[in-house]
Amino acid sequence: MSQDKFKPELVSPFRRKLLMGAAALPALALLGPRPSFAQAATAAVNTTGLAVTDSTVTVGILHSVTGTMAISETGSVQAEKLAISQINAAGGVLGRKIEFIQEDGASDWPTFAEKAKKLLVQDKTAAVFGCWTSASRKAVLPVFEQYNGMLYYPTFYEGLEQSKNVIYTGQEATQQIIAGLDWVAKEKGAKTFYLLGSDYIWPRTSNKIARKHIENHLNLEVVGEEYFPLGHTQFNSAINKIKLKKPDVIYAIIVGGSNVAFYKQLKAAGFDLENKQTLLTISVTEDEIRGIGGENIVGAYACMKYFQSLDNPNNAAFVKAFKDMWGQDIVIGDVTQAAYLGPWLWKLTVEKAGSFDIDKIAAASPGVEFTGAPEGYVRIHENHHLWSKTRVGRARTDGQYDLIYETADLVEPNPFPKGYQ
Amino acid sequence: MSLIKSRGTELLGYLLLAVVLLVVLPLLLDNFRLNLIGKYLTFAFVVIGLVISWGYTGVLSLGQGLFFGLGGYIMAMFLKLEASTPEATAIQSTPGIPDFMDWNQLTALPWFWEPSHSFIFTVFAIVLVPSALAYVIGAAMFKRRVGGVYFAIITQALVAVATILIIGQQGYTGGVNGITDLRTLMGWDIRTDSAKTILYFIEVVLLFGCMAVARLMLGSKLGRILVAIRDKEERVRFSGYDVANFKTFAFCAAAGFAGIGGGMFTLQVGFMSPSIIGIVPSIEMVIFCAVGGRLSLIGGVLGALLVNAAKTGFSEEFPELWLLGLGGLFIGVVLFFPRGVAGLYADHVEPRLGPWLNRARLRTKLPVGPAEPTPAE
Repeated sequence: MSQDKFKPELVSPFRRKLLMGAAALPALALLGPRPSFAQAATAAVNTTGLAVTDSTVTVGILHSVTGTMAISETGSVQAEKLAISQINAAGGVLGRKIEFIQEDGASDWPTFAEKAKKLLVQDKTAAVFGCWTSASRKAVLPVFEQYNGMLYYPTFYEGLEQSKNVIYTGQEATQQIIAGLDWVAKEKGAKTFYLLGSDYIWPRTSNKIARKHIENHLNLEVVGEEYFPLGHTQFNSAINKIKLKKPDVIYAIIVGGSNVAFYKQLKAAGFDLENKQTLLTISVTEDEIRGIGGENIVGAYACMKYFQSLDNPNNAAFVKAFKDMWGQDIVIGDVTQAAYLGPWLWKLTVEKAGSFDIDKIAAASPGVEFTGAPEGYVRIHENHHLWSKTRVGRARTDGQYDLIYETADLVEPNPFPKGYQ
Repeated sequence: MSLIKSRGTELLGYLLLAVVLLVVLPLLLDNFRLNLIGKYLTFAFVVIGLVISWGYTGVLSLGQGLFFGLGGYIMAMFLKLEASTPEATAIQSTPGIPDFMDWNQLTALPWFWEPSHSFIFTVFAIVLVPSALAYVIGAAMFKRRVGGVYFAIITQALVAVATILIIGQQGYTGGVNGITDLRTLMGWDIRTDSAKTILYFIEVVLLFGCMAVARLMLGSKLGRILVAIRDKEERVRFSGYDVANFKTFAFCAAAGFAGIGGGMFTLQVGFMSPSIIGIVPSIEMVIFCAVGGRLSLIGGVLGALLVNAAKTGFSEEFPELWLLGLGGLFIGVVLFFPRGVAGLYADHVEPRLGPWLNRARLRTKLPVGPAEPTPAE
């Protein structure tokens, strides 16, 4: 063991010389930035052949920047690039500057698998920040497990998954649902719920958890449950049924472009979200409101872990840096913030483990805390999800949310909730 | 300027292709890239089918993704059942059924999944189920003399229907996620690098088998009738042939080839997804065929390889602009090489090489040039 540790220290200064160029060496060695004392030899912190040199470490960014998902995933790409540039400005990871290779998943799940494999097998990236939809995560998961990579996945999702090779920086379903339902039952005195969702795994699983919680734990009533194909735009018949049933709460998990039609038609049908009807959603962030239009959704409640309007110093700095980098008009949604956590958590984990090795950071991840998170404070759980607070916000006409409620403590992630399956 | 090839040059073409696919590429490329070539080649099966149905018979289908997807799903169902042993799925409410069924509150395997326990069934179904579906569609359309653009539009609609059905019935199909996390094929781990390499060679051999079958078909009397139907359908009908039957046959053959491609796709990529069935992938498959040259089997295979390689190459170099590059490629091909890669060869290479390779002046019976008089025997 000790020999292994010595060898690289003999080798690496030689490598450094080669890199700098023999002629310029004497001058550069004096004037150029010298690696700090703390910096460990590359071969010691990287025993598995990842793309780590004495001065750089390469990571991957894998999102859709073309195709239907591009509009949603762009915010995550921007957040990850911001985090990487901030980490580099603060000295990098173990003294190494982060370089990134960006690949386009093109909103196509087989392409995600292909690009993930490229990032791991060919580029040997030390970590990958990426994926958005559950389908893309499912497509790349076997690749990450087979080639032992590390994925930081930013989206709130349905749970029912846990992997050594993934850190889930978004909320799993129970973290987003249960506290919100408790709040609406207590504060709004809600007795009856109408569940709506787009027809795929996340809304279905989320509504399943919501229904179990409403019926078995709150002892209240679900009066209707309905699903619509992705991209659906005709909600009139569903809205008529809601009118008939008069639920206290409309619980909506409609995603993507369908939201625009849904909230416009709801408003046109005479539902007054501001004063009369309570609507709680877990799928509309500030990003979606830009498409829906603040005037169409004003008064709706959303249950998230982050809102751009959060009032804390971390968030103020984050929002300012984000706008300085990507434009003043930009809005920041829940997932964008979760994507921003990815590179930071990875940096903290690598420094805790003292190594870039995937096995070591997988083992070191539980317990890693990030006090600079815009959402406040997060910590990685043994199951590789985050302890986060649940928050309820209320939509304003300008497309932002007012924070109405937040849980007193961090909510434990529980991707396989007992009694909710 | 005819596309009639001598048997000599044609054989040489196949030989060259075989050398490239079986020797040059495996030697030059690492596992990852070779696996990618394997993925591209799955589309070459579809293109072979399109050469028969579109190039020779004039039946343009914009719905080959449907048959490709069927083949892929049938293979994926078999692999998924093998991966869903009661031990591997012990944490589910109902162990022993695929994970996505459990997530959707299914408590038993649906009846139509039962045959997928059998590998023999799977192998046959990959060819026969797409062909059977194509037969139903073809018989319904061609008997009523629905053809040309109308047929293309209907196939397009069918693809859209299939995608919506698969996504909507997620408890039975895996929905948007598709059927993921496939592990072994009859106990053989298909995820390892060596397995991928073996699968690549199996695929290339299968591809040549399919090309041989297609070549036999097109070189026979049947092939001449297909061309005749494409060029003068009425005349063939008045000569006493049942045009609808021949068109249906060509369409079924194309579907069968597409099914094989789909099955190989599942093995190469490791999962099956509805995103590969949709309208856009189906049109892409026709583009592969157009780029390669819709009258040439070898050209078609090259088209599938080139376009997919360009897609990967552009998107790795320019992750945010690559679609523009790809669009430029398509426009360029249509403008400058309307008959694709194969046409390029026939117009520029063959006239110079031909005399060398073709001393005996043996002419094949492949009468393909549109509205060209075929040389009488």
